[in-house]
Amino acid sequence: MHPWIGAGDDDRRRILSEIGLGSTDDLFSAIPPAVCVDRVPLANGLDEQAVRLELVAMALANLSPDCRPSFLGAGVYRHVQPSVIDAVLSRAEFFTSYTPYQPEIAQGTLQAIYEFQTLICQLTGMEVANASLYDGATALIEAVLFAHRVRRGKAQRVVLAETVHPMYRRVVRTYADPAGLEVLMVPAGGDGRVDPTTLRAAAGDESACCIAVQSPNFLGIVEDLPAVANVAHAAGALAVQVVAEAASFGLLAGGGAFGFDVVCGEAQSFGIPSGFGGPHLGFFACRNKDVRQMPGRLVGETVDSRGDRAYCLTLSTREQHIRRAKATSNICTNQGLMALAATVWLETVGGHGLRDLAAACLARSEDLKRRIEAAAGPWRLAFPTSPTFNELLITGPGEGAELARRLADLGVLAGVPSRTWGGSWPDGLLVAVTERTTTSEVEALMDGLGRVS
Amino acid sequence: MKRRPIRPEPLIFERNPARARRPGFRLPSVDVPAVDPRTVLPPNLLRTDEPGCPDVSEMEVVQHFHRLSQLNYAVDEGLYPLGSCTMKYNPRLNEETARLQGFTSAHPLQPAAQVQGALRLIWELERALEAITGMAGVTLQPAAGAHGELAGILMIRKALEARGDVREEVLVPDSAHGTNPATAAFAGYRAVEVPSGDDGTVDMAALEELMTDRVAAVMLTVPNTLGLFEPRIVDIARLVHDRGGLIYMDGANLNAFAGRALPGLMGADAMHINLHKTFSTPHGGGGPGAGPVVVSKALVPHLPVPRVVRNGDIFTLVQDDPASIGPMRGFFGSFLILVRALTYIWSLGADGLREMSEVAVLYANLVRHRLAGAYHLPYDGPSLHEVVFDDTRQTRHDVHNTDIAKRLLDYGFHPPTMSFPLIVHGALMIEPAESVAPEEVEAFCNAMLAIAREAEESPDLVRSAPHDTPVSRVDEVRAARKLKVRWTPEDE
Repeated sequence: MHPWIGAGDDDRRRILSEIGLGSTDDLFSAIPPAVCVDRVPLANGLDEQAVRLELVAMALANLSPDCRPSFLGAGVYRHVQPSVIDAVLSRAEFFTSYTPYQPEIAQGTLQAIYEFQTLICQLTGMEVANASLYDGATALIEAVLFAHRVRRGKAQRVVLAETVHPMYRRVVRTYADPAGLEVLMVPAGGDGRVDPTTLRAAAGDESACCIAVQSPNFLGIVEDLPAVANVAHAAGALAVQVVAEAASFGLLAGGGAFGFDVVCGEAQSFGIPSGFGGPHLGFFACRNKDVRQMPGRLVGETVDSRGDRAYCLTLSTREQHIRRAKATSNICTNQGLMALAATVWLETVGGHGLRDLAAACLARSEDLKRRIEAAAGPWRLAFPTSPTFNELLITGPGEGAELARRLADLGVLAGVPSRTWGGSWPDGLLVAVTERTTTSEVEALMDGLGRVS
Repeated sequence: MKRRPIRPEPLIFERNPARARRPGFRLPSVDVPAVDPRTVLPPNLLRTDEPGCPDVSEMEVVQHFHRLSQLNYAVDEGLYPLGSCTMKYNPRLNEETARLQGFTSAHPLQPAAQVQGALRLIWELERALEAITGMAGVTLQPAAGAHGELAGILMIRKALEARGDVREEVLVPDSAHGTNPATAAFAGYRAVEVPSGDDGTVDMAALEELMTDRVAAVMLTVPNTLGLFEPRIVDIARLVHDRGGLIYMDGANLNAFAGRALPGLMGADAMHINLHKTFSTPHGGGGPGAGPVVVSKALVPHLPVPRVVRNGDIFTLVQDDPASIGPMRGFFGSFLILVRALTYIWSLGADGLREMSEVAVLYANLVRHRLAGAYHLPYDGPSLHEVVFDDTRQTRHDVHNTDIAKRLLDYGFHPPTMSFPLIVHGALMIEPAESVAPEEVEAFCNAMLAIAREAEESPDLVRSAPHDTPVSRVDEVRAARKLKVRWTPEDE
């Protein structure tokens, strides 16, 4: 018997005898023999050390960006990782518990989510936030479907700025086509931003359920959010902001300040490892008036039978286990432990700390811009006058993918090829910096760029 | 048993009420010139308020979450017999391997040559899940079971469209989990309910009638939410296939037969697998899970992108394929969850998986045997990994399933599932899973028996439970009526 199974051979015999069965086969007599096998085509189990060695070998076969100058971003960023985060996440009371259906014995999880919801509201400038969604891409499609419901299914058009992360846009298409939604993409302008007038024209009148922009956008550039909100509302559409670099909230106001109806996105930046792409953390915030159309779990404050403050899951009448085919989403869970990570991270870094962290990103980014503009050779900022937070598009002597490979050979993870998923912008490298980027890494990057000329 | 704390833990926002500047986390020092944000960013877009929470020291954060953690029940504390949730042990080896730096720090957009280990892990887990289910292909992308359901139904939709066969309905048994009809609706189908027969399995005559050329797929949970195996599964699949439909199998209950029976032989075309159930990845207080979908040959061309391909010893990525339904989410799935699942599967192996399902089924039958004298069993077919009782005998004393659940908290156990199956009124759906010692299962049974006695002798005690938890019974109705879902500064 494997040590992760609770009963040994003696126990099994005793229990079989107590329940009046002769053999193990009798336990499975309800399964038709035609679908059964004697064993599945898999090796037998290994001991702990053997498994550990196999997994360590696979981990070592990856080149860790922690050991190289790395400027990879494009939706996944390398920010500070206080040791407190994993210490809290390693507590079995958090990681081995389930969805807090029984509030009397889940106040820890519930209060942490309530704090998460509050933090997301504060950062986005919105009135209500849910307990989290899978990731940034799925948060955006949930926002689109939400807008469709809020408009009572009367507006089938979805207007997306091309500067929304192309991977997010692809995920939107996966869901939108079967749902009968028409997705229109508005190309980026010459300054790497989307033109509000073009958005307005694409939305038509009362035809679009939403206009969605990302800010800072895929190219790292800050969009003109007040203008976007105005054109969305003029077109009778919901204004949706998606954010892929949540650290930007340290300096930039969330869409709530400009009248956006939804602010959603990816919060991996808040203490969640890049982890080869997941699990990450989607967030979703909207206005109080639309809360009943919101997807996902929600924690509310209430009292217990003695009148003391307590928390529980609420508005579950929106959810699939009650509403079945009429639910606001088919999502059954949230991204609980990742939401906890973000909560611990935000509370550890603190309000002033988040502002300082974002300021450090900005200072590092502006420093890099100056260095690239000052350097001799073929490297250029693609959008030298557009405002950016911590990511910028640079062009060089060749295609982005090839440049990334050549720089990787020199030991520098210089950035993500800007046309990994296509795009109307120049083919180059998206270079991301954070508060963790050091001057010696930047010097290694500049040296690498100089050698690839 | 959890106790009421002597000092209630305030919200973090209520700490440091004077808003004193306290040392928080020390950021790396900045050795480039500071930049006034107003000089490089449009001033009207800048934040004017202080973002996030008050400054607190590191130890305040640690104490805060330590105290909060003390209010939670968890798998490590005792039996967590939530039916259809498979709350099994979360092996510590999983946690160790998922924290290897080569995995945690890997960036999903590194060149493929630099992440061969990660791509190999995905490839290995894909092959293992195919072997365990007897299916032709798999995607590891979906973030959870419901997300996997959606991926599966979208693939079915794509396959039917590819052969010019547009259909409008998806059949869902009335015993199904609520995610099934929700998924069908989100994939653009009308969910049509199939009634259960008197024995709790699919009513074949009803299915025969409903299975028209409008039906794209039938969604079946095997074993179903009553813990019963569909005895006519092969006939059902044949009927559906003969009429041009496909079979979606909800694999939430794979723990009942893993290592012993193959969905591939049952006629499944798509089935999601909850790695956080059968394959021991932690539930995390409600996620992150992972819901890979295994598929039949008919659906392989439509699997989501990106896909990992093996050429000799080199692993590469396919980003585009017009036949694919497209990506379901960002990147490759909940990768660090996949690491845990592969760790578990390689640890158990073919032999361990058989032992796993054996003890899971054995324990459910032990519970059934011990409680059958005290609780009503609405369907008496042979139980697999879970058993569903109801509260018929207790309602005579005006004690309901929720009361029994709350009283169980006083005995130090997490209650069973009660929200479904909807076809059982007052359900108590019990799934012990295989991890705990037999004595733990027996102690749970003893608690259930004691509560059955209390329901007769002192029903008030049960109705007013819980008595010994960090908070007493929580007013969930008030939470919905007086909606308050965030703290605001005015709360102070």
